[in-house]
Amino acid sequence: MNAQGHVDAKESEDTLMPVSLLVNGKKHAVQVDPRMTLLDCLREVLRLTGTKKGCDHGQCGACTVHIDGRRANSCLALAAVQDGHEITTIEGLGSPGHLHPMQAAFLEKDAYQCGYCTSGQIMSAVALLSEPCGPSDDDVREFMSGNICRCGAYPNIVAAVQQVRRSQRTGGKP
Amino acid sequence: MKPFALERATDRAAAIAAGAASSTAQQGASVRFLAGGTTLVDLMKLGVEQPERVIDINRLELGGIQEQADGGLRVGAAVTNSDLAHHPLLRQRYAALSQAILAGASTQLRNAATTAGNLLQRTRCVYFRNTATPCNKREPGSGCPAITGANRMMAILGTSQACIASNPSDMAVAMLAYDATVHIQGVSGVRSIELKDFFVLPQDQPDKENVLAPGDLITHVTLPPPPAGERSVYLKLRDRTSYEFALVSAAVAAVVADGKIAAIRLALGGVGTRPWRTPDAERALVGQAATEQNFRRAADLALAGAKPQSQNGFKVELAKRCIVETLKRATR
Repeated sequence: MNAQGHVDAKESEDTLMPVSLLVNGKKHAVQVDPRMTLLDCLREVLRLTGTKKGCDHGQCGACTVHIDGRRANSCLALAAVQDGHEITTIEGLGSPGHLHPMQAAFLEKDAYQCGYCTSGQIMSAVALLSEPCGPSDDDVREFMSGNICRCGAYPNIVAAVQQVRRSQRTGGKP
Repeated sequence: MKPFALERATDRAAAIAAGAASSTAQQGASVRFLAGGTTLVDLMKLGVEQPERVIDINRLELGGIQEQADGGLRVGAAVTNSDLAHHPLLRQRYAALSQAILAGASTQLRNAATTAGNLLQRTRCVYFRNTATPCNKREPGSGCPAITGANRMMAILGTSQACIASNPSDMAVAMLAYDATVHIQGVSGVRSIELKDFFVLPQDQPDKENVLAPGDLITHVTLPPPPAGERSVYLKLRDRTSYEFALVSAAVAAVVADGKIAAIRLALGGVGTRPWRTPDAERALVGQAATEQNFRRAADLALAGAKPQSQNGFKVELAKRCIVETLKRATR
């Protein structure tokens, strides 16, 4: 870095590392600075801005993605070590015409206010469906505690998660 | 974040050789191993860790949970906290360890964080994490603002004039109660060290937190087989119900026969500068009836050496109540 705090272009080019990322089923060959997190790479390089940056320190959960089917904070994962891993973001979950049941439940239950934490909440909630989470609302609160909602939409988030779980148990019928 | 060179280790020897190039394996190390990254990347963003080389050890095959011939358990260094906590053998035989891991962090973090990484996680002391303030642990000799500052979350056992930072791990507290052993591969071969001797007290050198030397790679942790009839419980008391560090926690593993305590192992979290074992309290309990009065006497012994700071005097009584309640649950 120079005195102004900017990364010198040449220095930066010298240290770029090639990495092959598999995101939402699509391969991307990119060059990244070793310091770049998966979160910044998704947003700034691949332009997948559905994954949000909140605290950037693994405390708020807004950046939650799935790595090999398990949820993780993309802000604490370096992009350059992600080759060979299967990454799923909110963009890979559903599309406006074909919502994932969890996305539909968040809409139906009004499980958000400002919406900033919502993609992280949904990524966590979808992962929760295949985790050993107990049946009660309290169990869901515990399993969702890594996702902070500053608007306080928690009751409706729990309702949305429980609706999808109930529907799964009854074979898709509400 | 300061620029660094990122290298992928292809075998253990290469990782160890790379690590050995650093002058220390403690605070200020110029080479760091990267596993889950949940501590390291966080601290690199804060400027608390500034390695010149980061060695990705995720392809070294340090995973796996196996039952040992003696009935004990071998846990690979790279096993994630989630995989360990939910493993059937752990839930059956080392329940307090499963409970402790699940009481820490969030699912996202536990999916990334590893066994060895959890042992090496750093204190949450706000001064340690803030490079704008002095901190003897981060910058030796610069002072400890916590002693006269925000010390509500700090330690009351094992503190020194130089540092009062508490160890934040839940997992290590339960492992300490189970007499875990840490297995290390280094430049001069492999060695094992009991977890109780792995962490060192801050004394006048709080930047040194454990026995690791440059190049040392934790390969696995072993747990001895639990005694027949042992029941174990982990209880964590904190400001929030979930996703918060402990004010006080206790891990108890007990064997009760005919109403008397035949064997007891007790460790505390949130109160010590390292995960805290309580030999005096354990000795006082063995052979005694499992009564609240005896539990309270043991709790008094466990906290006999406590030195509260200006804002955390409450931890002394809270720790005693936590011990009594955990003992009750493990012996009923």
